[in-house]
Amino acid sequence: MDDLDQLEAQSIFILREAYRKLKPLAMLWSLGKDSNVMLWLARKAFLGRVPFPVMHVDTGKKFPEMYKFRDEYTKKWNLELLLGDCPPVEEIDPTLPPAARSAARKTAGLAAMIDKYKLAGVIAGIRRDEQATRAKERVFSPRGSGHKWDVRNQPPEFWDQYATPHEAGVHVRVHPLLSWREIDIWRYIEREGIPLVDLYFSKEGKRYRSLGDQDITSPIESTASTVAEVIAELETSRTSERAGRAMDHESEDAFERLRVAGYL
Amino acid sequence: MNTIPTPAPQDAATPIVIVGHVDHGKSTLIGRLLYDTDSLPEGRVAQIIESSKKRGLTVEWSFLLDSLQIERDQGVTVDSTRIPFKLGNRQFVIVDAPGHRQFLRNMITGAADAEAAVLVVDANEGAQEQTRRHAMLLRLIGIRHVIVFMNKVDIFNYDQKKIEAAERDITKLLHQLEIEPTVFVPASAREGDNMASRSDKMPWYKGPTLTEALAAVPAPSSRADLPLRLPVQDVYRFDTKRIVVGRIERGRIRVGDEVVIGVHGAKARIATIESWHTAPQVAAVAGQSVAVTLEPDVIPDRGDFLFPADHAPLRAARIRTRLFWLRQEPLRVGESFKLRLATAEHQVTVAAIDSVVRLEDLTEHPAEEVPPEGFAEITLAVSETMLFDPFVSGTADGRGVLVDRNQQIVGGAPLIGVAESVAGRNAIHPTGSAVSLWDRAQAKGHRGGVFWMTGLPGAGKSTLAREAESRLFARGIDVSVLDGDTLRAGLCADLGFSEADRRENVRRAAAVARILAESGQVVIVALISPTVADRELARQIVGEGFHEIFIDTPQATCEQRDPKGLYAAARAGKIAGFTGVDAPYEAPLKPDLRVGTTDASRDETAARLATYITDAIRLDAAAQRQTS
Repeated sequence: MDDLDQLEAQSIFILREAYRKLKPLAMLWSLGKDSNVMLWLARKAFLGRVPFPVMHVDTGKKFPEMYKFRDEYTKKWNLELLLGDCPPVEEIDPTLPPAARSAARKTAGLAAMIDKYKLAGVIAGIRRDEQATRAKERVFSPRGSGHKWDVRNQPPEFWDQYATPHEAGVHVRVHPLLSWREIDIWRYIEREGIPLVDLYFSKEGKRYRSLGDQDITSPIESTASTVAEVIAELETSRTSERAGRAMDHESEDAFERLRVAGYL
Repeated sequence: MNTIPTPAPQDAATPIVIVGHVDHGKSTLIGRLLYDTDSLPEGRVAQIIESSKKRGLTVEWSFLLDSLQIERDQGVTVDSTRIPFKLGNRQFVIVDAPGHRQFLRNMITGAADAEAAVLVVDANEGAQEQTRRHAMLLRLIGIRHVIVFMNKVDIFNYDQKKIEAAERDITKLLHQLEIEPTVFVPASAREGDNMASRSDKMPWYKGPTLTEALAAVPAPSSRADLPLRLPVQDVYRFDTKRIVVGRIERGRIRVGDEVVIGVHGAKARIATIESWHTAPQVAAVAGQSVAVTLEPDVIPDRGDFLFPADHAPLRAARIRTRLFWLRQEPLRVGESFKLRLATAEHQVTVAAIDSVVRLEDLTEHPAEEVPPEGFAEITLAVSETMLFDPFVSGTADGRGVLVDRNQQIVGGAPLIGVAESVAGRNAIHPTGSAVSLWDRAQAKGHRGGVFWMTGLPGAGKSTLAREAESRLFARGIDVSVLDGDTLRAGLCADLGFSEADRRENVRRAAAVARILAESGQVVIVALISPTVADRELARQIVGEGFHEIFIDTPQATCEQRDPKGLYAAARAGKIAGFTGVDAPYEAPLKPDLRVGTTDASRDETAARLATYITDAIRLDAAAQRQTS
């Protein structure tokens, strides 16, 4: 088994644990590369099926290419799609810096969906290498009342034994991609032939490395127009993936405040 | 244009855990190592430099790791993190484990699957409390490759004699734990001596630098050549196929292999290995998550091992285990937990505390209790015979975790082996039956189970329970009813209606229900059990096969029915603490079944309940659950 085989086997194990232990369960589908890999892994785990709904928390500000991708693959992959909207930005904590405030809309939209469908588990495609705060996460991360993440009081997690609390008002975020790195995601996409929104590939010298809302994500300089070229580019790049995400850089603690409140 | 070849397959990264006493220099070591091996992303370096400036400090490499603001403010590392880095072509992941004492559970979270450890010791201070604690933990989790990083030797002016004396002390300590350190590296993380490049201040030292020592850590040994262990994770029914899924822990499977299933010992052949979007598979090895079909189509339960007939695991209902205890309160004999071992869950009781480790000198002593965050050897009594392999380094199974009734992990338990009986005067000896649940289920034609009906007084629980009992009995099902009033007439005659007595009432009902269910019976319990905590207690005691059924009758209807005249009495003030009048009823949020009694006839409602129970106790119910 090479490193991708090992990552794949571990993610399949995690997805099967979540499906067994947490009901009702749903998977977040942001339409980005990571969540497409996650969906693909679910189909591997469940032999071509996705036996739970996928959720798109729609900020209404995604790129048109992303909506088109969503509609096309919902049909093609026979997905049960749950859609949820986000409250207007005026209803969000005004003490957050502008881009973080905009991103916090998604947190509120997600919380509403979790309550509406009374979800016990939500599968999300975050990775440790994306951002220092995410490096602190557990694979099964229980969220207390109000969906809050208590970073200083996380359950122990080892030997693939995961916390599965049965308390009212507590749900578990499941992170099957936690150990993957950005380059692993791309190498797996290349190996498996996983379809992506073409915003990830260079047009006129620019491409998106990470996709968020249109108004708070910016493209990077790049000539990589195929998956293989993106991999080659990443092998020499040393800037961080989320460099194009405005809310990560506004103040030292903006991102952590977002996550404590339930942001991914 | 696509001229770039697909990258060659890579080996998985080797996880390395960095441990040691607080302030002995772990974070500085890691920061410096990443800097020396040119592994820092640009963004992060800039952030550290900025953070250090803001605080009016010169660049502190340890800030790299303290990425959360709350950590920086306190000056301690809160949680473990994983940092990838490369030496030549080899990938490593550094697991940073905190030195602060109460964060043991975070450390074990990070360290548990490491391949090798770097134990950082301040040459001047020598082994401290956490040095001993972490070394103990390395032994318990079975890490064999330990690199001792003797830090801050610049304090000794790089003097060979003083450094070697410090080494001798540490060697003695590690030998007590049967750990043979792979190598000692005298070094200074801050100055960069013997990190990535050889120090010119210790010409007498001929051993490896830290990076050379890391590069020499052997690759994980393969578990593929051991006898097969495939713990069943789940059973699916897709289309017409029944599919058994799980991750192979040891050995390999091949289509056509004969395997034995779980403690009941049924035999089957691997008929197919199922997969999606891969080439057809006829074999798979340890580490892979697989899906197989069996011939004949037997139905294993989650937790059953598949194993070869000629290499069976050990079988016992009493096992000895090492323990690292993670709770902040002591552990005593008689406490019950779930032991999770791979995908299995066993109900266990602490039958004896055989010895406890004294951390001051790492010696073992008899004791009445395991102290908070202590280390011990204990004996567990299992509620039924279980299969297991003793833990050995280099394997991932044979080590379980203890889980409390809130599903919190409270301890790690690398299993030692079958326990001899009788250990100490406090030992208790629950016995396990040699007749398995599966044997009983097959003999009766259905599984046992507990159907716990909760609802307001007068909701119709007992009436419905008796109706359903008649219907099920008529279908040949071995069924009985435990109802509140009947229990209080006998088994619970000594109990009143205080909160503690009500809880004891629930505990006894659940314990009796469990015994009956384990004998293969279907038990319908009709008990108000007004709080979420009551029902959670019952669920914990009963374990698998517990169904919570909410008899959802509006209070007004219950009060109008008032079959026993109790509402009237409570309203008149003759009964205090009556549920629904002056004591709360907490309705279940997610019952397994909700039964309304107002919009259907009693017959229809009882029929629905009987159908639900019949479906739940079918012999193939485990697989049925998955497709619903």
